[in-house]
Formats: sequence, C-alpha cells, structure tokens
Amino acid sequence: MTPYVVLSAIVFSIGVVGVLTRRNALVVFMCVELMLNASNLALVAFAKQNGNLDGQIAAFFVMVVAAAEVVVGLAIIMTIFRTRRSASVDDASLLKY
Amino acid sequence: MTTFWILAPIIVLAALGILFVRKAVHAAMLLAIVMISLAMLYLVLDAPFLFAAQIIVYTGAILMLFLFVVMLVGVDASDSVVETIKGQRVMAIIGGLLLGTTFVLGLSQISLGTVVGLDSANDDGNNISALADILFGKYVFAFETTSALLITAAVGAMVLAHRERLEPKPTQADLAAQRLRDYADSGKHLGPLPTPGVFARHNAVDTPALLPDGTAAEASISRVLAARGTVRSAPALADDITHIEQQLGAATHAGRDQSAPATTEEESPS
Repeated sequence: MTPYVVLSAIVFSIGVVGVLTRRNALVVFMCVELMLNASNLALVAFAKQNGNLDGQIAAFFVMVVAAAEVVVGLAIIMTIFRTRRSASVDDASLLKY
Repeated sequence: MTTFWILAPIIVLAALGILFVRKAVHAAMLLAIVMISLAMLYLVLDAPFLFAAQIIVYTGAILMLFLFVVMLVGVDASDSVVETIKGQRVMAIIGGLLLGTTFVLGLSQISLGTVVGLDSANDDGNNISALADILFGKYVFAFETTSALLITAAVGAMVLAHRERLEPKPTQADLAAQRLRDYADSGKHLGPLPTPGVFARHNAVDTPALLPDGTAAEASISRVLAARGTVRSAPALADDITHIEQQLGAATHAGRDQSAPATTEEESPS
C-alpha cells in the first residue's frame, strides 16, 4: 500500500503548488479538487491496508462534502465574475490594505 | 499492481499538466483524466462502490459543474503572467517541492505491514451491503448531517446566483412597439425569420441558406463560423435556380403554342 500513499502525497503536493501558483479562480478550484481526490486515494488505500471499510466511508463523505463545496464555490466565482467581469484571483483584492 | 504502475505516471503527468496549461478547459480535461484513473485505482483497491461513485459524482457531476462555469466565465480567459506578489511563483514551487519531498521521503520509509485486505469486510464481494451496514449504522448521524449540508449548499447556490430585475419586464406591447420602431429606423423585417429548412440547401451548419434570388443569407450562419472564416459555399445544386428559370421560360412558351401541361417538365428531378 505504500506506493498508493506515496502517489497520493505526490498528487497532493502538485495540488498545493497549483493553488499557490495559478491565477484563474477556476483552475485554483480544480487544484483544490485534486487535493481532495488525493486524500480520497489515501483513505481507500488505508481501508484496504487495515481491512475495514471505514476508510471507504470517509472517502464517500469527502466526496459529498466536495460536491457541496464545489456548488457554493462555483456560485461565488460566478457572482464575482458577474460584477467584476474577471475570473482572476488577483483582482478580488478589495480587503487588501 | 501492474494497473497501478500504468496509471500512476498518467495521474502524475495529468496533475502536472493542470499546473502548466493555459486554458481552463484543458485543465478540466486533465482533471477528468486524473479522476477516471483514480476511479480505476479504487477498483483495484477493492472499492467497487467508490469506483462507480467517483465516476458518476466526481467526474460526471462536479466536473460538469466546472465546465458549465468555464463556459459562463469565458472559455478563452487565460492567466496573465504578471506577478502581483514578488517571487510568489518561485517560492510556491520551492515550497511545493519541499512538501512533496518530505512526504515521499517520510512515507516511503514507514513499513505498513501486511495488507489485511478487504475480503472479510466485504463478505465475499458484497461491498455495497457492507458499506450500507456501516453507513446507516455507525455513521448514520454524519449521513443525516451531510444531507442537511447538501440542502444548504443548493439553497446557497440559488441565493448567490439569483439576479434581481432592475427594470420592469418588457410586455408584448413593448416588444411590438420596439419592432415597429426598428422597422421605421432601419427597414428591419417586422415578422419572424422563415422556419429552418425553408431556404436551406444542405444539412451542414457551415453551408449557408440561399435566398430566393440566389444570394447567401447571412442570418443562416452562426457568427462564430463567419468570424472564423470556415463558411462553405452552397453546393453546386444551387445552380438549378437558373435551370428552373429556363424550364419555366420554355414551359410558358410550350403552354402558349401547344397547350401541353407545363407541370411535367418542372417536376422532373434535376
């Protein structure tokens, strides 16, 4: 199971770099989804390792929460785009000193 | 394990691709590759329910939501390269590399012991019943809470996406008056366009319809195709307009001289 967990860690780090580097709000969001998928893979791998299904249930709940989060997050991005005509995360900087 | 060693490089390459592609649509497609490969890995890891749920829920619903919003926000929108925080990109890449290296070094050194496997938990391949036992037994409270969460998310999305009408909605009388004004100003045709197929010469969307005098109708081609310049000319069958005119000319002469029925000549397929 170690290769699965290592793959999960690699994909997670790639997601982290994506969130920090990309400027388009949608791509940032996709990298967040990448991180969630990586953690799902780790959960399912450990479910098989330990021989009980709690890991798969946890992965299922992560999926549900990710779905709810994507719905609200995309609605926010769309609302910001409507008022500002820009999907760049750099442009939403009103709270900056 | 061979499945793993085939899918793992695909997953890593697709994930790296998401970092580097310029357009959001390409990133969404690469994410779809990652998600479907992960679904296959779940299948290998004795999780058939999660394999189906990953494809149906994650790839089929969540990724589709992403694509809808990409369509709404602008397919062409690409990142600008100018940095607003100095050195952010370099620091992010260094930080990510450090994180990844720490993870990989740490995780590859632990030994997880023998894999217990899910045969006993699954009860000989009955993964779904076993999952249901746990989901509605041990985790039923969390399950009910997630249902409340989903309802909240749906209501929240409706509230966020709602648009208030700022002016009164135009009535049918307003629309009719506007059409007459346009006709008075620019001579724009008052009524609706002819239904599809009346002037069409071909099924294809890039072949224009011909108006009765033989010219191509601009309204029959999508503006996107016209802007791209990929409009084809109407097929050579359009030449039969002159052919029919000649037939009509010959038939009227024939009718006057010999009183033969003119209909037979015009109906012959050309």
